[in-house]
Amino acid sequence: MITQVTIFLENDNGRLAEAVRVISDAGLNMRALFLADTATFGLARIFCDKPQVAVEQLTAAGLRASATSVVAVRLPDQPGALAHLLEFCDSRHFSIEYGYCFTVDDGSAIDVLKINNPEVEEALVEEGFALVSPEEVYDL
Amino acid sequence: MYYQPEIETMPRDELAQLQLQRMRESFENCYQNVELYRRRFDELGVKPQDLASLEDLTKFPFTIKQDLRDAYPFGMFARKNKDVARIHASSGTTGQATVVGHTAADLENWGDCFARGIAMVNGDANSTIQVSYGYGLFTGGLGAHAGGEAMGCTVIPTSSGNTKRQVQMMKDCGTDILACTPSYALLIADTAIEMGYNPAEEFQISAGIFGAEPASENMRQEIADKLGIQYCDVYGLSEVMGPGVAMECAERGGLHVAEDHFYCEIIDPETLEPLPDGEWGELVITTLTRECTPLVRYRTRDVTRIVSEPCACGRTHRKIDRFRGRTDDMLIIRGVNVFPSQIEQVITTFPEIATQYQIILTTKGPLDHVELRVETEPDFPIDEVRRLEDLRNRLAAELKSNLQVNVDIKLVEPKTIERSEGKAKRVIDLREAKN
Repeated sequence: MITQVTIFLENDNGRLAEAVRVISDAGLNMRALFLADTATFGLARIFCDKPQVAVEQLTAAGLRASATSVVAVRLPDQPGALAHLLEFCDSRHFSIEYGYCFTVDDGSAIDVLKINNPEVEEALVEEGFALVSPEEVYDL
Repeated sequence: MYYQPEIETMPRDELAQLQLQRMRESFENCYQNVELYRRRFDELGVKPQDLASLEDLTKFPFTIKQDLRDAYPFGMFARKNKDVARIHASSGTTGQATVVGHTAADLENWGDCFARGIAMVNGDANSTIQVSYGYGLFTGGLGAHAGGEAMGCTVIPTSSGNTKRQVQMMKDCGTDILACTPSYALLIADTAIEMGYNPAEEFQISAGIFGAEPASENMRQEIADKLGIQYCDVYGLSEVMGPGVAMECAERGGLHVAEDHFYCEIIDPETLEPLPDGEWGELVITTLTRECTPLVRYRTRDVTRIVSEPCACGRTHRKIDRFRGRTDDMLIIRGVNVFPSQIEQVITTFPEIATQYQIILTTKGPLDHVELRVETEPDFPIDEVRRLEDLRNRLAAELKSNLQVNVDIKLVEPKTIERSEGKAKRVIDLREAKN
């Protein structure tokens, strides 16, 4: 499991700017950022080098932030890789709360999944999937 | 158990007869001895003898707090100095202080009213009552004290302050009943726990009589649990008497008004028309026995309703419901009366929502728009959109069914709602034309 920072954002101008400024002022470097938007609020999901520090700094600044455990899988950057992963999850009845993907410099893709099931990591490893370790993702 | 069974369980028709007779006597006292009442009665062309039935009360004028301010200090007194036994006064923080006088008979009636509440929590002459209300011009301390003495209790007049000593006295002297404000009761309970006691188990205390400030249901439960007691809510206001005007029996469906001393009406604060039993509105009190400062249709500004269904405790005196707030706090939203306390009550039933909130009123086209800003508790899993949406929907549905008004819920970041040490600004009214 790796730790992702989730930030709750009001649906208002400048909220994301303010949140990332807090992270920057804390001297943290973001590796990836994804936004989920709804009609009334947004969520920013962030990978950075020191997630616990980020949560502390954001909370101290009056924002609502939490550290969330997610699974990150390294896949080859080629057609069908993601489909293969998702089909496997489906075959094991792992339901996915949300997910997102990005490619990295070495030509592989990182797929991040939020799955509320304690057995998911073990099952993925057994099936031969390469999990990303915390050290790896923070230093991508 | 009753303190004055023949009065507290008097059949309704007999009670109504007694009220009418006493009201006539009181109006006579007002008309003969208080210039303001004589002038007001004359202006409306009514005389005390025009009161042929209790329904005729609506022909008589209202009295408001400003009347008492204007009459400072003794303008509303119906008795000469030799008959005045004691004076109480409001703090005057919101204007000129108001002074209220009591004869010896007024004080005796006060003690009786409060003693009825002591009986409601099963107190008697064997009980020890600790009075931790402040003693002085404020009516709390001496009012509760008079009740304890009337019942024949052992009274411990600790007054407020020095909380560790309060706890020590409570434990060492075997206090059965504590009388104070709810916030002070909570502080006493927490102090006892900090001192290493478990008052619910280790102390003799079995009841508390708390009033003089509003307390949410959660706070009442917390006090009752921490001290291990029956919670009795007491209502009173210094202009009308002090604590004891109405008190809550063990059935807890409202507070029994001492109807042999006080006649209650509920009015619409806008039209001033009386409302039928069961409808929410402003409480108006006419005193029936007070000699020194009789009041005719005194507008309390407190919002409640009359509960007229018979009470299982056997008392025939009608009850008033838990207060919703003050008329000054009432919001009229799309023609519906809404009190911030109603919204707060709904919020407290959602453990996922923090107690900080803000209500923003705006005008959208021809309609009022209500936005409620709330925050999630720090440990709520904000990571999942589904859970946040679900929480929002459940809260909106609950508010709609409680208030009959659509409320737009906005989940906000903690810093959006200003924290304040004193009275928080809960309502921001930005409507173009307030109704």
